[in-house]
Amino acid sequence: MSRAVSVQGLRKAYDGVKAVRDVSFEIEVGEVFGLLGPNGAGKTTTVEILEGYRARDAGRVEVLGVDPATAGGDWRERIGVVLQSGSLYAQLSVIEILSLFGGYYERSRDVDEVIAIVGLEEKGRQRVHTLSGGQKRRLDLGLALVGDPELVFLDEPTTGFDPEARRRAWDTIRSLRDLGKTILLTTHYLDEAERLCDRLAVLRNGEIAALGRPGELTGALPPTEIRYRLNGEEVVVHTEEPTRVLNELTAEALRNGIELEALEVRRPSLEDVYLSLTQESPQ
Amino acid sequence: MRLFLHELRAELLLYTRSRELAFFTFLLPILFLIILGYAYGDEEIEGHLGADYLVSGMIGYGVASTAFAGLAIVLVYRREEGILKRLRATPLPAVTYIAAVLGTTLIAFLVGAICIVALSMTLLDGHFPKSPVSLVAALLLGGAAFAGIGVGVTTFLHRAEGASAAINAIYIPLSFLSGAFCSQANFPTFLTVAADVFPLKYFIDLVAAISLDGDQIWERPLDVAVIAAWGIAGTALALRRFRWVPGEG
Repeated sequence: MSRAVSVQGLRKAYDGVKAVRDVSFEIEVGEVFGLLGPNGAGKTTTVEILEGYRARDAGRVEVLGVDPATAGGDWRERIGVVLQSGSLYAQLSVIEILSLFGGYYERSRDVDEVIAIVGLEEKGRQRVHTLSGGQKRRLDLGLALVGDPELVFLDEPTTGFDPEARRRAWDTIRSLRDLGKTILLTTHYLDEAERLCDRLAVLRNGEIAALGRPGELTGALPPTEIRYRLNGEEVVVHTEEPTRVLNELTAEALRNGIELEALEVRRPSLEDVYLSLTQESPQ
Repeated sequence: MRLFLHELRAELLLYTRSRELAFFTFLLPILFLIILGYAYGDEEIEGHLGADYLVSGMIGYGVASTAFAGLAIVLVYRREEGILKRLRATPLPAVTYIAAVLGTTLIAFLVGAICIVALSMTLLDGHFPKSPVSLVAALLLGGAAFAGIGVGVTTFLHRAEGASAAINAIYIPLSFLSGAFCSQANFPTFLTVAADVFPLKYFIDLVAAISLDGDQIWERPLDVAVIAAWGIAGTALALRRFRWVPGEG
């Protein structure tokens, strides 16, 4: 079986408000899959249904071949969960809490190894309450990895991080992929999704607005854009043949001795796709 | 069983590092015994030495506070902080977890009870409790029943702040009403009637009958029945309504 996660026609409403409506996607084993979307798009609801925390209203869900709504301890041996928020036993040290959680699993990863993966080597004997916010998040990740899971859920793993901490977290997530883990992460940061995910689904109002590789998603947009200023006015040209258009444009300008001010050639970024998907026709 | 012992060890470590819990379940009964013991430990209460009467009440109060309040406060706090939610994602079974949390507080209480009896015998000329086998059986019954009620009560508390105040507000007045610290003989009827509804009075009476009068547990079927009924009701409520995740809003 090469599917780690399979979701079909998933629906969930809270008090009549539809949080998730008809979401379907599949995640292959070993893939890093991202759920991208603004706050309130249904990311956390979707992930928490897959983690077994929430009941769904309709749809078929299989995680590692099991329905999370009825899954038991055997299934939990195989998943790792990093929640969006939540605190830990503040009075235990990093090593103590990792050993405690490691003991819950039949087959657990060595505590020192986990500490190295999440980069807390210097902090092993420190109590949890003395750690910084970013260090606590890394410990959170360590707790999700200590059971040596096949599938790891990361709900907004870098929200609130400074750029340096975010880059470290990205390196860690990449190293998880190298370990062969399947990863489902949610994020509202585009650059994060673009850099980390093999494939991603853009969620908007509880629906999938787009699904594919980051490159495929940008390919769906209008072609290359050329901008410049002429007589103080901005000119924008969209073209599928940027080389020819640019050549003609600059040749013309040279002939007439004009400088094309603020000349810019750009390919649409994932951000453009994202904005066009999440902003158009909100329901 | 391996998981239970693993969790129990961790919980004992957490217990020794938690000042609030240690104070309420361990030091407070000892403090009460010393203060009240010097106040009227040498008087006669309901035909018994004041110190013995107090020890009996304190052991009953101790079990209730440990199993009911201690467990409920820990569980509400950990639920609202998201720790229970975190644990839910691991293979640790709920029953094993709750048993280990309860076991920890009961171990702490046991140590506390030994201190109480020892203090009473050395400082207040108290006596060793009578019918120790029945006493242990009664304490186990009470521990299980009050734990069930405690977990049941957690399903009505939605925030970590105030949970410990709400729980103390239930059981400290009830402890006085139920005769844990003084005889009910001088209470007006409406107060004793109020106490009659709740299980703590029956438990205090049961412990007193066993440790002071030397009764055996099977000679007090009404007490046992009321305590067990409350315990079953609390456990049923807990099983129906128990939540792993923090309350929303």
